[in-house]
Parts: sequence; structure tokens; C-alpha cells
Amino acid sequence: MQRQRIRRTAVGLPVVAMALVLAACSSSTTTGGGSSSGSGSSLSGTLNGSGSTFQLTFQQSAIQAFKAIQPNMTVNYGGGGSGKGRSDLAAGVVNFAGSDSPIPSDEVANFKGKTVLYFPIMLGPITMSYNLSGVSSLKLDPATIAGIFQGKIKTWNDPAIKALNSGVNLPSTPISLAVRSDSSGTTANFSLFLTLAAASTWKLGTSSTINWPSSAHAGNGNGGVAQIIKSTPGSIGYVDYADAKAAGLTFASVKNKSGNFIAPSPSSASAAGSTVTLKPDLTFAAAWSSNPQAYPITYQSWDLVYQKQSSANTTKMLKAYISYLIGDGQKLLTTLGYAPLPANIDSKAKAQLSKIGS
Amino acid sequence: MSTATQADQAAPGSVPARGLTAPRGLADRSFQWLALGAGLLVLVILVLIAFSTTQQAWPWFKTEGLGIFGTVWDPAANKFGATPFIYGTFVTGVIALVVAVPVSVAIALLLTQVVPYRIARPIVYVVDLLAVVPSVVWGLWGILVFAPWIQHIYAHIGSAVDGIPVLGALFGPPTSGASFFTAGIILAFMITPIVTSLSREVIATVPSIDREGAYALGATRWEMIRGVVQPHSQGGVVGAVLLGLGRAVGETIAAALVIGSSPTITSHLFSTGYSMPAVIANQFGESTGVFKAGLIGLGVLLFAFTIIINVVARAIVDRSARRMRGE
Repeated sequence: MQRQRIRRTAVGLPVVAMALVLAACSSSTTTGGGSSSGSGSSLSGTLNGSGSTFQLTFQQSAIQAFKAIQPNMTVNYGGGGSGKGRSDLAAGVVNFAGSDSPIPSDEVANFKGKTVLYFPIMLGPITMSYNLSGVSSLKLDPATIAGIFQGKIKTWNDPAIKALNSGVNLPSTPISLAVRSDSSGTTANFSLFLTLAAASTWKLGTSSTINWPSSAHAGNGNGGVAQIIKSTPGSIGYVDYADAKAAGLTFASVKNKSGNFIAPSPSSASAAGSTVTLKPDLTFAAAWSSNPQAYPITYQSWDLVYQKQSSANTTKMLKAYISYLIGDGQKLLTTLGYAPLPANIDSKAKAQLSKIGS
Repeated sequence: MSTATQADQAAPGSVPARGLTAPRGLADRSFQWLALGAGLLVLVILVLIAFSTTQQAWPWFKTEGLGIFGTVWDPAANKFGATPFIYGTFVTGVIALVVAVPVSVAIALLLTQVVPYRIARPIVYVVDLLAVVPSVVWGLWGILVFAPWIQHIYAHIGSAVDGIPVLGALFGPPTSGASFFTAGIILAFMITPIVTSLSREVIATVPSIDREGAYALGATRWEMIRGVVQPHSQGGVVGAVLLGLGRAVGETIAAALVIGSSPTITSHLFSTGYSMPAVIANQFGESTGVFKAGLIGLGVLLFAFTIIINVVARAIVDRSARRMRGE
């Protein structure tokens, strides 16, 4: 009987392999539009995007709402991370890519000289969420955060934390760190903030993956880190505002460039965007903003599209969808726990729409 | 048992049926080509995977040179040494084997030598059920249930052995719920079914004449197992164990969830670590340039390791099978 079973699987394997190959072939041909309808208002076809998981919740809600505007258009957005989004776009398997960082210099060659347009989509605060019973409000500054996340500040009643929180009864509980196990745009922007704001103390660099002290607890995704903080007394971690809210975590106010302690919120994140220096390609960094009302650990996300599209229909669909994201779609952001683009960025993004062409 | 030996003899006996002189039909020939094509396809895909991954990993091999075996993996500092991951893969694999092998071999002996067939069958069924649990479920159970529970035990053991020479270095603090050891135990659960079922098959081929001979000489069951079953099936069981190891080193998502995700080389088994498949799964999404090439390169190394382990395992199993047939 055993012999027979083995033989059956032996036949099954190649079939499965063939099916996989076929599936791989068919999936690479699904990009691009369907039939071009010609009429300006009603579009039909499929747009595919992938990348930033920071955008994922917003994209999902926006895709739902967008169906009411263009019922015959299908938009798909797979997460996978900013890096995956950019390599998918470079490989031509998606129409747009979500990315939390501009294209890094070592990836530029992948795009083979084609012009990529950056459309800013959203902003969001990264919270310093903590779990410390009896402490409901906490103030931190960049140097202290850098000390905590490098394992230099080991207990909650460390003089550096005490100095910022006079009147708060801080326990001697050891601090345990909650960090990301996966590479992430959140990590990249959190470490960018520390590099900008605590240059003299922060030694671990800026990257999507940081070599944290080995005592750190690592969780997958913002949700995973939130879960660790929730279940570990004495812990602190960096969590996207929407996930921190959803998990019911407590988070600290952080000292900004003007010296004010600001709590993370959609409005303080939008404030961070309102004073950024926007480069001509619409890239910028919202972290460590000079606005006195800004939350300093704010990050941003773009949708990347090729300026030159292969078909007129795809061009129309991209314009319709992106103009929704940076137009009416922005209203969805606050309820989801993200921050809408401030007017100075939004107007530039809208003006850039006309550049997409075939 | 005697039916198994008959089947073995019947297999070569069926060969002459093909030798009938009538020309073979179109259906027969096309089936032959289809089967051959399918077999070759698998081989071609394997070669293509090896080729394209090596090509994609080339920037890493080129920039790091022998530095690929460096001890520091820090993307922020552009250091991509693979040793912490190779070490973690090796350590978790060994822990998994140390835990799983005695249990698996004991179950296999129980099923073949101790209990009658009608009782053995439901046990086989239950053990095989372990193999159908998806690895992400093992990982989630590991990180949400098992790790929070066992971290207290680790902490107790850690403080008890702290300062004792060898034990302190292995089991002393710092301890963490997600660790080499937790990953090893989860992997042990996952490889138990394959090691059990392969061992069971090998042990079941021990001729009943030999076993009954041992009993006739007055051997107890334990003496019979030591004297007859063990020499007969040793090679096959070693092969089964190596196949289990192959599975353990390649396991990705369960390890990624419970290993703690810290690229450290340490003798402390209760502290956080990392393995090769886990780091690929965790860091691929946001990687760029040499970083990405390094992760793909880890995949190439892992591919090579698992192929070596599997080839060695197959060779051992085949050799022992041949020896058993008296060739």
C-alpha cells in the first residue's frame, strides 16, 4: 500500500510543477488595461499595484470607495513592502508601486533610464508606544529615544528619562525593546528620524533593517510589534499610529525641532508635512520637521508610476485612480489613523498628474 | 510481514510482461514521452532556479568575496556576513534532531515491534496529522502560546545555572521566549512525522525470520531490537534523520516567527537568534542592492546545504536498502 502511495505522488509532482509554471506565465500577462472604452468618463480595465504595507489599509479602503466612481475598473494592491513594490515596477509586473522612501541610488539602474513620477499619497506618525503600569503620560526627546533603542538606557527610572518627566513616578522596571523582525519602511523612517535628530548619539545608521541590541523582542509588522508591547510590561517600541490606536496602546509625546513636546496624531503629522522642502520630483522627508506644531517622527509614502505609459487606457486609468487618491480619497485617511497631505504638497501632486502620458 | 517480502519478489517478476513482442501503441509511447518530459521538467526547473538565483546573488559574492562568511549582518552599515544565519540554522537543526529523533525512533519501534497492527494504525494516523499542520500555524502557535509559556521556564533554568561553567554558557541568561531553543522545539514537532514514518518503513523491512530466530534463542524483546532490528535498520534510520534535518534547515515561516530575529552568534540557546530561511522571509520586502543580493545569496547557500543533506541521506538509505536485500 505504501509503495502505491509513493508512486502516485511521483506522478503528481511534475503535474504540480507544470501548473505552477503555467500560473507564473499567466500572472505576468495580467497587467495592462483591458479594452479601451474611448469614452472619457467610464473606464474599464485593471490596474495592479504592490509595495508599501504602510499604504495597504488606505489602498484597500480607497479601492472599495473608488468602485462607486468607476464600477468597471478593477484596482488591485498587494503589499509586500516598498522594496518589492519598486522591483515589481522595474520588472513591469505592476502599473504603480507604493514606496515609503525615494528610489535608492543603487536601484536607479533597474528602471533603465525611464522617468518615474512620485505621487505623495499620505503621511503618518510613528508612535513611541510603551507598556508601563501607572504611567499614562510620558515625554521623550530624540537623544533619549536613541539611548533607549541602543540599549544604553536600561531602566525606566534612568536619569535621562526622569529629567524629561518631572512629577511622573517612574518605576525601576527594566526597559525591553520591541522592534520589527521584518525589513520595513517604518524602521527606515524611524532610523532616519534618529539620524537627523540625534546625530551625535545614534550609531546604528538608517536602514530598513537595523542591527538592534540582541535583547530586543522582534515582531512581524506593526501589528506584531504592538502585540509584543501589549503583552510585555516595561516594553517600548515604534509602531505606526493606526496600529497603535487599534491595539489600544499608550504612546509618548516627543520633543520636536522647536523644542515642543507633541503627541502623535493625524493633525500633528500633517503639520510636519506643511513645512517640508519639496524637491522638484516631489520627494521629501517629513521626519524632524521645523514646524512648531509638528510631530517629529512622521513618515510619508508615495505611489510611483512611469511617466510614459504603453497604452492610452492605462494612462486614463492611472490618472483617474491617482487623482482620486490625492483628491477625495484623502478624506478617508484621518478615520483610518493616517494623515492627509497638507495643501502645499497636495496641489503639487495634482499638478503633476498631467505629466503621465502614453 | 511475509506479504512485504512477496511484494519485493513480485516486483522484478513483473518486468517480462513488457517484453511481449507486439509493437507498442501510440498511447503507450505518448505516455512514455509525457512522463519523461514531466520528469525532465522538474530537473530543468531546478537548474534554472539555481542559475538565476546565483546570478541575482552575484553582486553579494562579488562585493563581499570571502566576507560572505563574515560574522556581522548590518544592512545599515553595509555589512553582509552570513555566519550568524548559518550558525542559527545549524543550531536549531541540531536541537530539533536531539529532541525529535529519540521520540520518532521510539514511536517507530512501538508501531512495528510492540503494538499489533490494528492499534498501530490510528497512532500512525495521528502522527501523520502532525505533518498536515501548516508551518505558519506552528509558528503562530509557537509565538502566541508556546513562547510566552516557556519563557518562564527558560528564566528559571537560566537563573539556576548562571555561573556554572558549561551549563551557564548554554542555558544561562539572557533568556527570551523567542529563541534558538523554541525554534528547535517547534522544528522538532514538524520533523517528527517524516522521521517516524521513514524509520517505521525501514524497521518494517527487518525479516520476520530473523526476529523469530532471535526469540527462539531466548532473546527478550529489547535484546531482539538491539541484536536484530538495530543492525538491520541503522543506516536507514540515519538517512531518515538526515531527511528530517533537511526539512528542519529549510523551514522558513515557523522559524521566522519564533527564533527572535537577532543576527547574533552566541552559545546561549535560550537567547534570540536567526536562521537563513527566516532572515530571507523577514527582510526581503524592503531590501535593495547588495542587501537584496545577499538575501538571495543566503538562499543559494541554503539550496546547496539542503541538496547536500538530501543527497547524503538518500545515499545512506539506498546503501542500507541494498545491503538489506543482500546485494
